Amino acid sequence: MKKLAPLFIGLFVLGLLVPIGLLASGTAWGEWGKEAFTQMIGYIPKGLERFSEIWHAPFRDYAVKGIGNDIGYILSAFGGMILVLLITWGAGKILARKNNDHPNEK
Amino acid sequence: MHIPDGYLSPQTCAVMYAAAAPFWYTAARKLKKILTSKTVPLLSIFSAFSFVIMMFNAPVLGGTTAHATGAALMAIILGPWAAIIGVSSALFIQALFFGDGGILAFGANAFNMAVVIPIVGYLIYGLIARSAPMKSSRHWVGAALAGYGGINAAALSAAVELGLQPLLFHTANGTPLYCPYNLSQAIPAMMFAHLTIAGPIEAIITAGVLVFLQKSMPDVLTGIAKEARV
Repeated sequence: MKKLAPLFIGLFVLGLLVPIGLLASGTAWGEWGKEAFTQMIGYIPKGLERFSEIWHAPFRDYAVKGIGNDIGYILSAFGGMILVLLITWGAGKILARKNNDHPNEK
Repeated sequence: MHIPDGYLSPQTCAVMYAAAAPFWYTAARKLKKILTSKTVPLLSIFSAFSFVIMMFNAPVLGGTTAHATGAALMAIILGPWAAIIGVSSALFIQALFFGDGGILAFGANAFNMAVVIPIVGYLIYGLIARSAPMKSSRHWVGAALAGYGGINAAALSAAVELGLQPLLFHTANGTPLYCPYNLSQAIPAMMFAHLTIAGPIEAIITAGVLVFLQKSMPDVLTGIAKEARV
């Protein structure tokens, strides 16, 4: 684990740098909010309208309510990384359970 | 490349879940055999890397954005099966908490980014670098091409899924119900963004991190991660 410290530091630095990702203006192609279609094609496709808000993510667009864009984006980066670390660590431990003492040799 | 809910018909979403499912199943079975307490932290670190690197949106000519995924890198270092599980986990957290990519569309997004990129990237890298000696430049060249090829294959896959919608799902008078752009619009738009911007970024990240690990943490590549490769 100690050997992996540089990698954790790398993740930490990336987490602090994420506001760079907000500098680019515009949205990725095919990821517009449904309202954008009124402007682009004059109407919102019916099915798109119906299913587009089927799930309300708590931190939509990596924003934290009441907190500035950059800080909210950084908090989302750290929160998200911690969640990903936890679920993969958990899933990994369960999957690796049998191999801990005698790693598979091939 | 995170398709939101509403862009794909429910039928398409079901098909894409069905397309991703056998890869998840096989990946879980393979990892059960090869994952050890030493490789689990690496699985987690590269999954978190994939999550955070996708937050770095880069501008694309024409006013849109694109980003790298870290998925080919993970496939090269830990094998495609670990990458399938790791990148799917990152995409799942993105969809659930941050609304980046839909919940109905999660199967499609996982197929594109967590299955296509790792498998295509792993194959390209293997073709170019697998048998090369440790110090050969074929490693970073192979990694760069793996990143570039992987993400562009995924972009094409996403573009086809989106572009098929107006063809397959419309009202009686032909008005699209879901994504209104057809193949001739979706494919050029997605490919332009990924051939020119996201692809080169993915190539640099894949090759750059691999070279860094070879130089400063070679045991990550030789000792620890070897067990987890296919």
